[in-house]
Amino acid sequence: MKNLYFLATVLFTILLASCSKDNETPEAVNEEELITTLKVTLVPVSEGNTIVLTTRDLDGDGPNEPVVTVSSNLTAGVAYNGTIELLDETKSPADNITEEVEEEADEHQFFYTIGSGLDVTATATNLDSEGNLLGTEFELTANTASSGSLTFTLRHEPTKPNDGLSSAGGETDIAATFSITVE
Amino acid sequence: MRIYFLMILLLCSVPLLSQSCDYTLSGVLTDLHDGSVLEGATLIVAGSERFVVTDSEGKFMILNLCNGTYSIQVSHPYCLTKGYSVTLSGDTFKSFKLEHHLEELEGISIDGRTIRNQSKTLQENILSKEELERFGSRSLGDALASLSGVSSLNTGNTVIKPMINGLHSSRVVIINNGVRMEDQEWGAEHAPNIDVNAIDKLTLIKGAGALQYSGDAIGGIIIAETSIIPFKDSLFGSTQLGGASNGKGTFMTTELTKSFENGWYANLQGSLKRFGDFETADYILSNTGINQQNAFLKTGFKSFDYGFEVFYSLFKNEIGILKASHVGSAQDLYRAIKSDRPLIIDEFAYDIIAPKQEVTHYLLGIKAYKRLGELGKLSFQYDFQRNKRLEFDIRRGSDKGDASLDLELDTYSLRLDLDANTSDQSSFKVGVAGSYQSNFAPNTGVRRLIPNYDKYDLGAYLVADYQLDDQWLFEIGARFDHTQMDVFKFYRKSFWESRNYNQLFADLVVEDDGNKIRTNPKLSFNSGSGTVGVVHYLDEKHKLYFNYSLTSRIPNPSELFSEGLHHSASRIELGDLTFNPEIGQKLSFTLERKEERFSYSINPYLNNILDFIVIEPITTNTTIRGTFQVWEYRQTNAQLLGVDFDASYVFNKALQFNHQVSLVKGVDKIQEEALINMPPINTTNEFVYYSSKIKNLRLALQSEYVFRQNEFPDTDFDIYIPETETYESVEVSSPPPAYHLLNLNSSIAFGFSEKSTLTVGFQITNMFNIYYRNYLNRMRFFADDLGRNVSVNIKLNY
Repeated sequence: MKNLYFLATVLFTILLASCSKDNETPEAVNEEELITTLKVTLVPVSEGNTIVLTTRDLDGDGPNEPVVTVSSNLTAGVAYNGTIELLDETKSPADNITEEVEEEADEHQFFYTIGSGLDVTATATNLDSEGNLLGTEFELTANTASSGSLTFTLRHEPTKPNDGLSSAGGETDIAATFSITVE
Repeated sequence: MRIYFLMILLLCSVPLLSQSCDYTLSGVLTDLHDGSVLEGATLIVAGSERFVVTDSEGKFMILNLCNGTYSIQVSHPYCLTKGYSVTLSGDTFKSFKLEHHLEELEGISIDGRTIRNQSKTLQENILSKEELERFGSRSLGDALASLSGVSSLNTGNTVIKPMINGLHSSRVVIINNGVRMEDQEWGAEHAPNIDVNAIDKLTLIKGAGALQYSGDAIGGIIIAETSIIPFKDSLFGSTQLGGASNGKGTFMTTELTKSFENGWYANLQGSLKRFGDFETADYILSNTGINQQNAFLKTGFKSFDYGFEVFYSLFKNEIGILKASHVGSAQDLYRAIKSDRPLIIDEFAYDIIAPKQEVTHYLLGIKAYKRLGELGKLSFQYDFQRNKRLEFDIRRGSDKGDASLDLELDTYSLRLDLDANTSDQSSFKVGVAGSYQSNFAPNTGVRRLIPNYDKYDLGAYLVADYQLDDQWLFEIGARFDHTQMDVFKFYRKSFWESRNYNQLFADLVVEDDGNKIRTNPKLSFNSGSGTVGVVHYLDEKHKLYFNYSLTSRIPNPSELFSEGLHHSASRIELGDLTFNPEIGQKLSFTLERKEERFSYSINPYLNNILDFIVIEPITTNTTIRGTFQVWEYRQTNAQLLGVDFDASYVFNKALQFNHQVSLVKGVDKIQEEALINMPPINTTNEFVYYSSKIKNLRLALQSEYVFRQNEFPDTDFDIYIPETETYESVEVSSPPPAYHLLNLNSSIAFGFSEKSTLTVGFQITNMFNIYYRNYLNRMRFFADDLGRNVSVNIKLNY
């Protein structure tokens, strides 16, 4: 019987000894897949002003709403080369997430949704390795003077190829809407 | 083959002897010492291969016997086998008595049954080994949901969380082999980490019984016990193999027990389960497979004066989460709800990919007891549990394949109980318990859902009961707990300020880097709980239970500390540091009738909960990823009023009818609206046909009807859809329509030899392969529930 108690005591000691974990100073978590900023740069094909559309949400899913800015109005009849940049600006220097998206191009796609009042057309110009649309680069033509919304949607793991947002499926990584005026 | 030969011989003997052989020998098997009935004993008619097993009331019935003298051998796993000689003249009734060694020594058993009759004034619902075996390929939650008043909160078909009288998660305490499970039970998508195959008996107490283990079981307690070890030299075991069509899965479980008359024993149990994608009536539920392993080992020594036991359990689970349920924003959720079918349906596969959960639960315990002369029996228990939870989301870049959520919860607890020597009419038990818990969340590149913390708990309790006479029994109990939490948490600055924590909790701040605030909240709670109850025996058949209990539950870590996007729910969840403990007061009343032909129990209850913590949507939040619904925890006063009704009617020896109905109404007394996720009214009706002539054939046809939940809070919200330029309502609150399922359950048992039996079970659930969705399944927005499932299992006892 003494042996039993001895055994129990030994086991008990081992268990207590195994209980040491440093909780005092937990490591801060830097969110690695956070996207705080979407920046769309529209460069006129021939001449005119470069236009920058930005939406910035520094606290991610925190209570603050994203801050949306449009640098200037578009000009009717002008074609623009657009590029989309995704950043994590909580890091310093800011992390460029576009690179990650382009590396996994076959799992991502950008969609452009044009509001009914706005007379522009947008077409993706870059492709993934399978020859399907990626859309981090696109061409946008401002047709006639008008205004309305322009939404950029980034889907992760959409069905590719697809007929547009409604049949693409996947998970929304970005959905950013801008109010645009063509004059 | 010999069996059939003998059967033919037996049948032939009828005309040969020209004697009527349709007499029945029936009776009851009881314990020699205290007269209690013995369930699961085997009676073998010597010279034939015929045997019967006693039912839960110790009754047996052997059909088609002739007049004459028979030798009957009676054996029970926990008793010494005994032979009897019975002379039959016509239908005969005969009672047998066995010396039930374990019953005799029950007071000192430490093999799990120490928690028998936790609460004498609350009715207990019990699932026996035989009933549990029908759920061998499923889960603990599925088995529990077969009891009236228990439903389940599901995430798909493999994460089944028990819900007792409308309450779940932290409000339901699970005791596994005498240890309170600490497995991050706060999460709605976290199922209990116990394998249904490892359990010998499952007891449900719909209230705060078992103050010995906890004072915070506002919803109820589930007690899982492993097998009893007999006090004799024996070696026995069982192996069960099964397969199911839905999910194309298989499982295997095996158990082996060795015991010696001198008190030493060892028991080993293991099981494996693997299922691929499940399917509805119409399509495959992609990525819903499960891969589960379980091992349990116990060894020890017991005698009248002292004893000890060491046990170890390992439970490992990998569960796929429906791929189509992984949505980004409310716009995605809207699309999923609008679509009748999941947006992703792939080919059938066994592989489990992200999103998925991987949970491992280790449990090691040491129990010992010693009888201290006049004082009583002193028991000691030490246990260590580690719950390792990994949740995988669909991730990008270098994080692909890494877990998003990684939590390691370690709990060490120590307890000392004294079962005082008192008179035969009363019992008195006191004890103290202490525990230390540590949650550790490494950096996964995703903000911690649950912060790192250390928790210290100290509790003391006292329970006593007194049997006044054959009509009245009184019970009283009290418990006090002191809890301290030392928390290490990073808050986002915008959240910290929006909640006004910078004013309220400025002293908690350790470091502020402009974006994040590192804090060190130190919380301390005192909570008391108590129970008073009476049992009144009206007559031999009728019994009345009355119980009042007061319980308090301290807020769990998610209620206190959540502050951000909960990926698996695609919503933002906000906790509150200022929460008080919930105080529940439950009045429960049961009228029970137990009789051969007609039995029933009716159990109305009223549960009033002060400072009830609910999570509900308050607004939407626009982020760069789209719109998300914001769910916030708040405290309110809740009232749950309900009734559970069970009845059974025995038509004759072969046919029985069982009925169950449960209903519960949950109301938020402050907002004056229904509580969310309350189980709808449901009723189960079952015909059971039993024949001892045809190899103990059991056939059960079950109808399960679940009404639509008509009482729910309206939590729908509007979002803007850029494609259509419209605002649309996301219908997250409306419950699905009523449904009716038909299930068939059958089994047949063959006796091989005196010691071994082979049982073959055949089951069909959702026989008519109907489409339905369950209000309490979190996947109901995305897909239908399970279609038809045909399963077969074979069990060999040896």
